[in-house]
Amino acid sequence: MDAANLPSNVLRGWRRPVFYALAVLLVVGPPFLSTYWVGLLTQMVILAILAMSLDILLGYTGLPSLGHAAFFGVAAYAVAVLATRYQLGFWTCVLGGIMIGTLCSAAIGLIVSHVRDVYFLMITLAIGMVLWGLSNRWIPMTGGDNGLAGIPRLETHAGLPFAGPIPFYYVTLLVFAVSAGIMALLVRSPFGLTLRGVRESESRMKSLGFNTWLHCYLSFVISGVFASVAGVMWAYYNGFVSPTYLDLTASSELFLMVTLGGPATLVGPVIGAGAIVLLKNVISAYTARWLLILGIVYIVAILGAPQGLWNLGRSKRT
Amino acid sequence: MTPACLALDNVSRHFGGLKAVDKVNLIVQPGERRAVIGPNGAGKTTLFNVISGEVRASEGTIALFGDDVTKLAPHQRAVRGMARTFQITKLFPNLTVMENVLLACEAQDPRRFTMHRPMSSCVDLERRAEALLAQFGLGTFAHDTAKNLSYGVQRKLEVALSMAGRPRLLLLDEPMAGLSSGESESMLAILRNLDSAVAVLLIEHDMDIAFAFAERVTVLYQGRVLTDGHKDEVSANRTVQDIYLGSPIAE
Repeated sequence: MDAANLPSNVLRGWRRPVFYALAVLLVVGPPFLSTYWVGLLTQMVILAILAMSLDILLGYTGLPSLGHAAFFGVAAYAVAVLATRYQLGFWTCVLGGIMIGTLCSAAIGLIVSHVRDVYFLMITLAIGMVLWGLSNRWIPMTGGDNGLAGIPRLETHAGLPFAGPIPFYYVTLLVFAVSAGIMALLVRSPFGLTLRGVRESESRMKSLGFNTWLHCYLSFVISGVFASVAGVMWAYYNGFVSPTYLDLTASSELFLMVTLGGPATLVGPVIGAGAIVLLKNVISAYTARWLLILGIVYIVAILGAPQGLWNLGRSKRT
Repeated sequence: MTPACLALDNVSRHFGGLKAVDKVNLIVQPGERRAVIGPNGAGKTTLFNVISGEVRASEGTIALFGDDVTKLAPHQRAVRGMARTFQITKLFPNLTVMENVLLACEAQDPRRFTMHRPMSSCVDLERRAEALLAQFGLGTFAHDTAKNLSYGVQRKLEVALSMAGRPRLLLLDEPMAGLSSGESESMLAILRNLDSAVAVLLIEHDMDIAFAFAERVTVLYQGRVLTDGHKDEVSANRTVQDIYLGSPIAE
């Protein structure tokens, strides 16, 4: 991910060194880390793609989705079903996963793009729960709460000449870099500006002649595409899918990643994803009540950095 | 004969039992400068909202450049050449002045759906935005965030946004409200310099400003058109004077 792809205001002050330090860590770090940490880093990078995809919707367009993990989960299930029940090849599984997740968001987007604010929150929550319910109860297809196991390793499924956690990590990092580059370009594009316009004043957008419904819909679908990409990687990473991928906890954790990291920055949600994966794994090694600790961290962050970590020291948004 | 810019035929808007706009007929010709005046609560802003589509008409038809637009949404009316400003400033508060204007410039450009290249590569859009900023005396504020501007500058930006789409009919909802007399004069100068091909419908509470700007004046009172005519006739009208002086009107 190069700096030229990022909005020019992202890398001012302390953000520039932090950004490059993180980039260097992601690229050269893994060979020096234990397998456990490489695994955590892989999780962070996959969830970072997911968090950035929600940022398009939540941070840039101002649509707070509480069901965004559903598309991630649907794509992961699609990969699992295609790979285990139908024994299909790698590219069919990858493209199938992305397409099924995207189609799902395209269909649901038709409904939810009509509502805003708290109503958007509620309807996405409801639809997310419906999909979660489906993953739990459509037992012949999804295996119910046992989930589906036996997804082949990505390296073997794709026929790559190398295998192991580190090669998988670099494949993930490549997917992340490409996704981040596309999203960074998108938010700087003329279309990206219209999304921020919808967030700032939808009625003004309408009176200027924008069909804001269409812009919200496209934002929803685009964010569904990248959530699906993350879902495909997550299925391969775990080799297993279960209903917890798309439950309310997953969606609200995802929401936290974006708000904690700093909405409408793309880099912020990446940091948020990293922070939450880290907290979850490190704290849960010591106590089962890690959610309590996470809650405290979140409250402290809200008080100390209400615009998110990446916006620390920037003027407040009204 | 070219069709009227705007033709309202018996347009009403009721809120429950309240007739905010009551059987209004109004015709605005191309290039006309028209003021709509009336005391508080006369239904001026509701009339604007009905014309721009924010509020649906309860009865009657609205034609824009000869086409019936009564059932169209605000954005569909905007693409037919109508633009408006709001009495309560509606900008994009967290975007810069330049971004505000760029958004307004791309509103009716197919590139509003372009995702694969940055805004900065759309040089002609940026040129247009810069020209617009210069026209409205906003050039020095280009990189300021809209919410940090003074109220007077925000009002100018409000008008600049509405002119960006090159409308043929402009609705101005009290553009001078809340401005100091100096700011008010510079706004009046800007409005007078607008392209004379654009028809302008101005809502104004202050009769002096309305008469300084418009040739023709429509007086709205309790949702109805009280009188409509050249400013000299209207200013000489006894009933209008009574309304503005607050004396009881003979039924």
